[in-house]
Amino acid sequence: MDLHLKIWRQKDKQSEGKLVSYDLKELNPHMSFLEMLDTLNEKLITEGDEPVEFDHDCREGICGQCGMMINGIAHGPLKNTTTCQLHLRSFKNGETILIEPFRAEAFPVKKDLKVDRSAFDRIISSGGFVSVNTGQAPDATAIAVTHQIAEEAFDSAACIGCGACVATCKNGSAALFTSAKITHMVLLPQGKKERNERVLNMVTQMDHELFGHCSNTEACEVECPQGISVLNIARMNYEYGRALFFRKK
Amino acid sequence: MILNSKIPQGPLEQKWDNYKKKAKLVNPANRKKLDVIVVGTGLAGSSIAASLGEMGYNVKSFCFQDSPRRAHSVAAQGGVNAAKNYKNDGDSVYRMFVDTLKGGDFRAREANVYRMAECSLNLIDQAVAQGVPFGREYGGYLNNRSFGGVQVSRTFYARGQTGQQLLLGAYQELMRQVGKGTVQLYSRHEMLDLVMIDGKARGIIVRNLDTGEIERHAAHAVVLATGGYGKIYYLSTLAMGCNGSAIWRAHKKGALMASPSWIQVHPTSLPQSGDYQSKLTLMSESLRNDGRIWVPLKADETRLPNDIPENERDYYLERRYPAFGNLAPRDISSRAAKERIDAGFGIGPLKNAVYLDFSKAIREQGKEKIQEKYGNLFDMYLKITGYNAYNEPMMISPSAHFSMGGLWVDYELMTTIPGLFALGEANFADHGANRLGANSLLQASVDGYFIAPYTIANYLADEIHTGKISPDAPEFETAENAVKKQIQDFMDIRGTKTVDYFHKTLGKLLYDYCGLARNEEGLKYAIGEIRKLKQEFYRDVRVSGQGDKMNSELEKAGRVADYFEIGELMCYDALTRNESCGAHFREEFQTPDGEALRNDTEYQFISAWAWAGENREPELIREPLIFEEIQPTVRSYK
Ligand SMILES: Cc1cc2nc3c(=O)[nH]c(=O)nc-3n(C[C@H](O)[C@H](O)[C@H](O)COP(=O)(O)OP(=O)(O)OC[C@H]3O[C@@H](n4cnc5c(N)ncnc54)[C@H](O)[C@@H]3O)c2cc1C
Ligand code: SF4
Ligand code: FES
Repeated sequence: MDLHLKIWRQKDKQSEGKLVSYDLKELNPHMSFLEMLDTLNEKLITEGDEPVEFDHDCREGICGQCGMMINGIAHGPLKNTTTCQLHLRSFKNGETILIEPFRAEAFPVKKDLKVDRSAFDRIISSGGFVSVNTGQAPDATAIAVTHQIAEEAFDSAACIGCGACVATCKNGSAALFTSAKITHMVLLPQGKKERNERVLNMVTQMDHELFGHCSNTEACEVECPQGISVLNIARMNYEYGRALFFRKK
Repeated sequence: MILNSKIPQGPLEQKWDNYKKKAKLVNPANRKKLDVIVVGTGLAGSSIAASLGEMGYNVKSFCFQDSPRRAHSVAAQGGVNAAKNYKNDGDSVYRMFVDTLKGGDFRAREANVYRMAECSLNLIDQAVAQGVPFGREYGGYLNNRSFGGVQVSRTFYARGQTGQQLLLGAYQELMRQVGKGTVQLYSRHEMLDLVMIDGKARGIIVRNLDTGEIERHAAHAVVLATGGYGKIYYLSTLAMGCNGSAIWRAHKKGALMASPSWIQVHPTSLPQSGDYQSKLTLMSESLRNDGRIWVPLKADETRLPNDIPENERDYYLERRYPAFGNLAPRDISSRAAKERIDAGFGIGPLKNAVYLDFSKAIREQGKEKIQEKYGNLFDMYLKITGYNAYNEPMMISPSAHFSMGGLWVDYELMTTIPGLFALGEANFADHGANRLGANSLLQASVDGYFIAPYTIANYLADEIHTGKISPDAPEFETAENAVKKQIQDFMDIRGTKTVDYFHKTLGKLLYDYCGLARNEEGLKYAIGEIRKLKQEFYRDVRVSGQGDKMNSELEKAGRVADYFEIGELMCYDALTRNESCGAHFREEFQTPDGEALRNDTEYQFISAWAWAGENREPELIREPLIFEEIQPTVRSYK
């Protein structure tokens, strides 16, 4: 199949970027989206141009490193799918595809399609953990966790930190990401002990990082490759209020 | 050189305790005077960095991804082993030790393997305490399942994303230390050389991948936890960035490489579908618990799988290995698949796959149960191939997966360079010639959480009086200049072929001549071809962009340059081992019915290799393997 691409090229953080057009011909529809970009890059390099920089690693939808806006949609048209798991069979022969970096104030562009998502790491660093030193743990069965709770915690823990929720949100809010971790931790008995400090610290950090506020458009859930539910955000808000209440006392 | 493995005295089950009793300690007040560099943030790297940080050392943690949470451990699906015996099915540390040693075809050290089994008990406790949501029974107890090569259920799992959840647990502990300031994090930094002063590891040279700047970092000890180099085959189940550069640069500075040719080929990955393909995706081996593997009885079958009646299917694993059937270990299952494919029974458009069939399990247990167990894997299969595996069998095929080889380490996980430690998949230890499923998340984790914190402290205890290591030392200067020169050289070649072209060509050579099966003639041929390819690379590669800016092509060029040398060493290693064992199948050494023929009288040793210089034959140093507890037997899964 043939494709016409319009790709955001930006030399570095300071430079201004612009869309550049590229044509690719005779692509195999079973190719993944990133393999299509590889093919483009091979072509650019042999023609003496600079390849397009984009982020990726595992190429199996689990590391969270890939991600771009494809025709205005984070990770492209398929629901619950990362960019690396998107294949050309989801597009039409001859189609024009617009490819841009994830955009948010908290995710500055580094080059072309690469953005800086280290704000997520700082949010985790502010409280997204159970404080346990190595070698201290009691036997794993000492505290029973029911099947349902473990599964529910897993649903939230499955966030891959890709940032699609932020990129797709008109406010650039990190509420889905942050709330997923808060929910994961608070559901499990191991994480409950630190629930108050955790939510207060993480929400504060989130605000420091220039993420916007959540205004409940629920666009994040729609684009999340892991199908993380917006109910997590409700849980975060509840936990936040609860923590404030207990702090006052 | 005589290798000293430093295995402690005493009976097997007391060795680790004896070691810990005698290991030197560092007083908490002195710990902050000591700097440690940890390269890698996978399970091994995150866990050791977090552990050392919480103990009070100054730790610097490096990874090339944009966040430590993306290290390749995140991709592991199936599970992690621990001899908890929660199922009361007769599991024990001893049994796990025996299974692992046997699974590795008696090519691992007894003492190391025993220690890994022993530490497995604590790992599950540690992970649960961190909030890892392992699968649970309805009553609240932990669940487990069985994995290839064993007859008990000792594999703990978090759906099909066990590696992800374990890594997030370790990453969160790492980030906790980062928040406290005990660990300094350098993501998007790639180690390009090791710096040695007076024969000891004293630091590293890294490239800031965002800015292209070259930096020096000094420390009292350096830990490499940089994962495996299976990506050398280009098509593999590994992430695109996985590489062998860190350990290779250390090797060229004097650290021995052990068993480089032992690379596990995983039996259940998705088959290759075209030339453009950049990687092969693994389907978790846990699928083999319920999936049955078969090929048509008739060669060049054209019917769709569901149209082929039961009596015209060859369930070849169940036929050849009745005791283990579809759960036969990886090397055996992979080779059996290759045997059928080569014999003309392969299926799929390229005739390079076999079927993995769930129809029986779905009939017996219901679709819902199967969905709960493997749902995400079925979804993944659908996304990648466009086929629904609830309705028709999956197509799977063997692909390069896990490097059992790596830097040689002693019982303390220290390489032959004092102060340089190697953890996780970057070292060669524990798995022998073949890794059992779910043992490597375990190894990476216990190395970092429970073993290295003691052994590194034992080393650092003698470093208290060394004082700060200065990055201005001439050794740093020399190493930095060498790195800069290499980068300039790559940029100056301005040839016509891309880095990927060279990587793909090398990968194909290795698949063909140093893959699932090897022979003397092929290996010698491959060595010659790899050398030619390397020369062509240095003459004709094209790296565009700039050397001192963000440049992924340049990153890849450095990794592929090292792969040529690693590939060559793999072939030498395979060539010298005149036997078949585990992942290493030399066609000249097989039984009449095609099983691996091991030779214990001549090859019961670890091959450790010393770098002899470019295009020179490397030097082989043998570490004899002494079995005190169990005597090697012929591995049979029949
Ligand atoms: C698809 C897949 C499925 C698997 N499933 C299972 C399973 O079910 N059970 C199991 O036990 N095992 C499984 N494994 C194997 C297991 O995941 C790995 O062996 C293990 O996670 C390795 O951990 P590690 O910490 O040694 O390295 P990794 O997790 O690979 O981490 C390597 C780290 O080193 C860094 N790094 C590398 N080179 C450099 C450099 N030069 N400079 C700076 N940083 C560098 C990387 O950034 C990364 O942080 C699987 C592997 C794959 C590929
Ligand atoms: S919540 Fe979803 S979209 Fe947001 S970072 Fe996590 S996985 Fe990505
Ligand atoms: S590359 Fe890892 S999720 Fe896409």
